[in-house]
Amino acid sequence: MPTITLNKNRILDLLGKKIPDEVLKDRISYLGTDLEEITKENIVVEIFPNRPDLLSEEGFARALKTFMGFDSGLKKYSAKKSSYQVVVQKDVKEIRPYTACVVVKNLKLNEEKLLNIIAIQEKLHVTYGRNRKRCAIGVYPLTKISFPITYTALKPEEIKFVPLGENKSFTGTQILKQHKTGKEYGYLLENKPKFPVFIDSKNQILSMPPIINSEQTGKVDVKTKEVFIECSGFNFNVVSKAINMLSTAFADMGGELFEVKVKYDSKTEITPSFVPEQMYLEQDYVSKYLGTHLKSTEIIKLLKKMGFDAEGNTKINVSIPSYRTDVLHPIDLVEDIVIAYGFENIKEDPQRPSTTGKELFIEKLKRKIREILIGTQYIEIFNFSLINSEEQKQLKLKNVVKIKNSLSSEYDSLRKSLIPSVLRTYKSNKHYEYPQFFFEIGTIFMKNEKKDTLVEEQNSLCISACGENVSFTTIKQELDSLLNSFNVEYSLIRVKEEIYIEGRSAKIIVNKEEIGCVGEIHPNVLNHFEIDFPISILEIDVDKLSRIIQEKILEL
Amino acid sequence: MPTKEEIALELSNLERKVLPAVLKSNSIPELIRETGLIEIEVLRALQWLANKELIALEKKEEEIYKIDSNGKLYLKRGLPEKRFLQEIEPKEKKISEFKQVDKDELNVCVGLLKRNNYINVKKEQELTFSITKEGQEKIKKGFVEEALLNKLPLSSSSLTTEDKKIFEELLKRKNIILKDKKTEFFAKLTVLGKELLKDKKLLETKVADKLTPEMIRTGSWKETQLKTFDITSKVPRINKGKKHFVNEAIEYIRNIWLELGFEEMEGNQVQSAFWDLDALFVPQDHPARELQDTFYLEHNSKVDSKILQKVKKVHETGGDTGSKGWQAPYSEKIAQETLLRTHTTVVSAHTLNKLKKEDLPKKYFIVGKVFRNEVLDWKHLFEFHQVDGIVIDPDVNLVKLKGYLKEFFTKMGFTDVRIRPAHFPYTEPSAEIEAYNPVKKQWVEMGGCGIFRPEVTKTLLGFECPVLAWGLGMERIISNYYKINDLREIYKNDLEQLKTMKTFIK
Repeated sequence: MPTITLNKNRILDLLGKKIPDEVLKDRISYLGTDLEEITKENIVVEIFPNRPDLLSEEGFARALKTFMGFDSGLKKYSAKKSSYQVVVQKDVKEIRPYTACVVVKNLKLNEEKLLNIIAIQEKLHVTYGRNRKRCAIGVYPLTKISFPITYTALKPEEIKFVPLGENKSFTGTQILKQHKTGKEYGYLLENKPKFPVFIDSKNQILSMPPIINSEQTGKVDVKTKEVFIECSGFNFNVVSKAINMLSTAFADMGGELFEVKVKYDSKTEITPSFVPEQMYLEQDYVSKYLGTHLKSTEIIKLLKKMGFDAEGNTKINVSIPSYRTDVLHPIDLVEDIVIAYGFENIKEDPQRPSTTGKELFIEKLKRKIREILIGTQYIEIFNFSLINSEEQKQLKLKNVVKIKNSLSSEYDSLRKSLIPSVLRTYKSNKHYEYPQFFFEIGTIFMKNEKKDTLVEEQNSLCISACGENVSFTTIKQELDSLLNSFNVEYSLIRVKEEIYIEGRSAKIIVNKEEIGCVGEIHPNVLNHFEIDFPISILEIDVDKLSRIIQEKILEL
Repeated sequence: MPTKEEIALELSNLERKVLPAVLKSNSIPELIRETGLIEIEVLRALQWLANKELIALEKKEEEIYKIDSNGKLYLKRGLPEKRFLQEIEPKEKKISEFKQVDKDELNVCVGLLKRNNYINVKKEQELTFSITKEGQEKIKKGFVEEALLNKLPLSSSSLTTEDKKIFEELLKRKNIILKDKKTEFFAKLTVLGKELLKDKKLLETKVADKLTPEMIRTGSWKETQLKTFDITSKVPRINKGKKHFVNEAIEYIRNIWLELGFEEMEGNQVQSAFWDLDALFVPQDHPARELQDTFYLEHNSKVDSKILQKVKKVHETGGDTGSKGWQAPYSEKIAQETLLRTHTTVVSAHTLNKLKKEDLPKKYFIVGKVFRNEVLDWKHLFEFHQVDGIVIDPDVNLVKLKGYLKEFFTKMGFTDVRIRPAHFPYTEPSAEIEAYNPVKKQWVEMGGCGIFRPEVTKTLLGFECPVLAWGLGMERIISNYYKINDLREIYKNDLEQLKTMKTFIK
């Protein structure tokens, strides 16, 4: 979520009031944005992804103005009729099918305003535009281009123009391969037979969305007074909302808006369109969620505080500003009403229906196991589920579940046994007194085609001891004491495993079922982990043990 | 101040033996001889006496010369210079003819013997050595160095200046001797100690260090004076077993929810993107779903097609939820991606999907591990714990939500709770939770909460019902409580840290 820096004086100008920092701080943090700080010059605030309309100073001030009560209701915007036309050709249908446009005149740009425009464009690209994938915006000085403009698609080799900031001509393919912006966003056009372009009536290529504008026609500077803006993407609603967000910000800057006819194959759209969307809201619905009864008049007042227009009684008709993108459901209106009502004004009601708390049996069992082991001086350790896949391999753990994209190779697989991390723990505690006694209860992971995720998860218990006088017997004693506590009878069967010393390892069998292994770690493994004392260890499937114990409880 | 008599009663039999001996001797070997005790007993008694301020232990550091590996060898074979002289005594020898002197020893010998004028060197085709008169006399007189080596170890204070010179010379040569430091303790009586010794009876009274079974059985304890204990003295730490402090905290928090009548949920850590995100109405192109934030596995998951189609419709058009949906194409392929759960809210989603209308009202919680693809550093963990709670009840609302949170955080030792607007894709309204820490006098961010969107509840439950939901970060609670600044400390499994961590109680 983007953090933006707003010019405080500009915001105060737009609000038309002098407001102390303390009041600003309080109001902004209850507006539905996360305030980071207010400095002498700036307001630093995090904008949540549902409100891209707040990314510009103008949009932010507009919302704050009604929220603080300096204005009320839906702010009216309009664009003048014009003959500007953009023709959308069929070629873009499979590539980047939609565009919405606007012309803005009478801009009094200075250095600061220009930077502001570039910043709004960038913020929209990153957030609402999902890094230009969902939509991308181009701005052009009106004087450099001639209408009508055609939005079409050409073969990459047929595209030739000087990209912004360059001094020679590139083909479409070259832009993707050689140009900085082309390399960054090229993947958005990868494998497309044709690339989208805006071409004017003099046959100049204006831009190749979503990558770059042309140097000749796409460079805005402080002398620019009139601009043409287009937004291209995959959904007409998305691109026209983006144009609305920009248009309203430009209008608040003092710009004069002009409509553009966007001619599609089957119909013509006129953009920007500021006709508010209508949504019905039941009065009861608001009270039900808020937990406090509100009168219709109160609800309407609160909606106006959030920049909506509303009228009605038990059923309220709400007009949604054309730049709002986050109202999908009446519940979204409820949230705005709650924000206007003030989260700080919500009372708390401790009354709750009586229900019975219920602990999972497996958690109960884990708690009991911990208690028993603590009683014999064992220390519980807590390791990560992710470990190095090489380490698992070295301990003969096969078919482990690997992570596709781990940022660190040290943690690139899910552990299939607790033993590697327990041995690691001994290694990192070599400088302390021996003997040392550790246990861990944690999840282990293994492949299993029968599961939805193809991964089976198991609660596992590992008990271990390390010291001069530690042997197989040390942990067999623990096993004995543990299983006796649950009245579970077991037997041991010799097993040959590479990580254990031969003749000092066994499978643990309960009811003819294997529930785990116990053994003394092979000196090879000890050497590998640079541990100088014998280690005896066991690992038990706690889920199996839990099932066995629950069956026993039922028998009683 | 305890009286002399009281102090005397605290003396064990060992102390009673050692204290008078300190009158005569100060060093430990002398005290051993004097008392007939073994070293460890004397040392222990001295420490106890020092604790009681009856004696003062003075530390003296001394330099010690010790024999080294080559020194040991020369004691057996003789010094190389001696062997050299012996070989050329009968007849001059060429450098290649030496049998008793190793090649690497030759250079040292030549320099040394030449300096002392014990040998003559001729440069012919090969270096040739012959013995001088002084050399012959030296053989007769013998080598003092060997005698000294035999006496090692020696403390430097016990040496004459001449001997010291010899040792300093030997030190320059390779591995013959080495200089070490030894700390010795000397006991001296304090004023209090002297006072106590004046009254002979005090020490002569028979005291028993231990109450023995024998004394209890025979009743002889009646005639026995038992040694008293210095109750202020430090005791060695007991080695105890211990729960990991993270589990202590988890258990504490689980208990609170259980007390509040919540049922515990369980669920897997490996999930499909469908359950982790889509079922919670997170749009498929949401910025938080980007590859770098989430751990993905190499294979795809299976997703039940009935629920998949339902969710797909809600994403695309809103389905029957009264929503417009995301109005963007929904990819079943993206839904099938397998990942490590990014929040325990995925378990809440599964729970909602299994719930029946007649079971309401229901309250559930889970404390579980969640994952984020980060590089481990002091403020980032890739695995951490989240507490999730949901309340499914037709009568719940924001006022109730605040009530539940207030109740929980009061039990966690915070005095107040406030919520502020926030945004999560699956709750509306959404809020951030802050709790007031009365000790630090500040608001602490605790997590997020809200009411699940109808797009989530209608789809998963199959009917409309408000569901309160919250997710709290455990590690923040843990690091605050244990004053841990570097998050890696929480999972470093250091034995000393684990042993000394305080218990979690609020």
